[in-house]
Amino acid sequence: MSDDIRALTARLADEPSSLAFLELAEALRRRGQLDAAAKVARGGVSRYPGLADAHDLLARILSDMGDLAGAFDAWTSALQLDPMRAAALKGVGFLYFRAGDVIAALDHLQRAGQADPDDPSIPLAIARVRTDVRQQGAPRANGAPAPSAPPPRPPATPFEGIEGGEEGFLLVDGNGLRLSGSLRVPSGEEAGDRVAAQLAGVSREAARATRILGLGSWHSIAVESPEGHLYLAAPTADTVLLAACDHSLPVARVGLLAERAARSARAWLEGMG
Amino acid sequence: MNARNLLDRVTRVPGVRGALLVAATDGLVVAEHLMDGVDGRAAAALAGSLVGRLARTAREAGYQRPSFVHLKAEAGSVLAAPGSDDLVLVAVVAPDANLGLARLEMIDAASRLG
Repeated sequence: MSDDIRALTARLADEPSSLAFLELAEALRRRGQLDAAAKVARGGVSRYPGLADAHDLLARILSDMGDLAGAFDAWTSALQLDPMRAAALKGVGFLYFRAGDVIAALDHLQRAGQADPDDPSIPLAIARVRTDVRQQGAPRANGAPAPSAPPPRPPATPFEGIEGGEEGFLLVDGNGLRLSGSLRVPSGEEAGDRVAAQLAGVSREAARATRILGLGSWHSIAVESPEGHLYLAAPTADTVLLAACDHSLPVARVGLLAERAARSARAWLEGMG
Repeated sequence: MNARNLLDRVTRVPGVRGALLVAATDGLVVAEHLMDGVDGRAAAALAGSLVGRLARTAREAGYQRPSFVHLKAEAGSVLAAPGSDDLVLVAVVAPDANLGLARLEMIDAASRLG
């Protein structure tokens, strides 16, 4: 028994009601002592049934053990307690993928991406699921083994996998020309080029305003109107990203989506060379 | 409610460094309540121009005139709430300002303009 596991075991013995079980079970899992890890985690879950961390940990251990049904149940319990828990959403998404339910897999992975936009593994996982679907032609049968991580296809647009990415984002250059994305007005008409033209120079104008007012460089512009929200960000010094959404989404949430789209656009532009 | 009272309401929000009423088409200051160090004329001209551009962008996107604009920068923000006629209520705020409260106060104050 390693020193850290011995110390954690002693701590848990001294204080059975402490949360030391989380560290102990995780340490055991990492050492490959999965039966012992599961026993400790189950004890923690029974003592703290309202602790999402405990269910999440048990799910990861069960997943490592190959008990996918048990892992699914544990992650589902974690999500009942914390619906936007990214790790659990990723886990359930992976299990749906394994089971061949691509739609549910993508749904969970996209929600995971919203919950943790900084986790780079999530867009990769989404791309992997989509690539697999294209290669296989249809979702795989329940229980079939996962593919051996084919390299993700470079996305055709920067907005794949982002909520509203089909017709809610525009990437515009400094001269008001559309680089990517599309925008449909509420009446259904495509308005990407007209909107892009209005954005020519907006980045320079915003930069000038914030500089003269002593506010440093600009970060974003949120525009609220009765019908919906616009949100502008600058993926690079020469481009502007615009996100548009109806008023069913709070403007702060539109901002989170736009920030994520801006990061994706930056990577896409770098990939274009 | 007169312009002075409207500006006082906005500047009472924690973190607001100043507020002013701007004529959007020419960017001139109609009334102001600013802390030292905030250039009111520059703020008015720049905010008026930017709000005008964003209003045109919103119109092309199929939206009506904006009800609120938030330009966020490294060291603070510029907030703007267009009112009726040609007037825009503008505030310059610190990074730690209560933006939620400032937004509500400005939208309400702008609705009383004109």
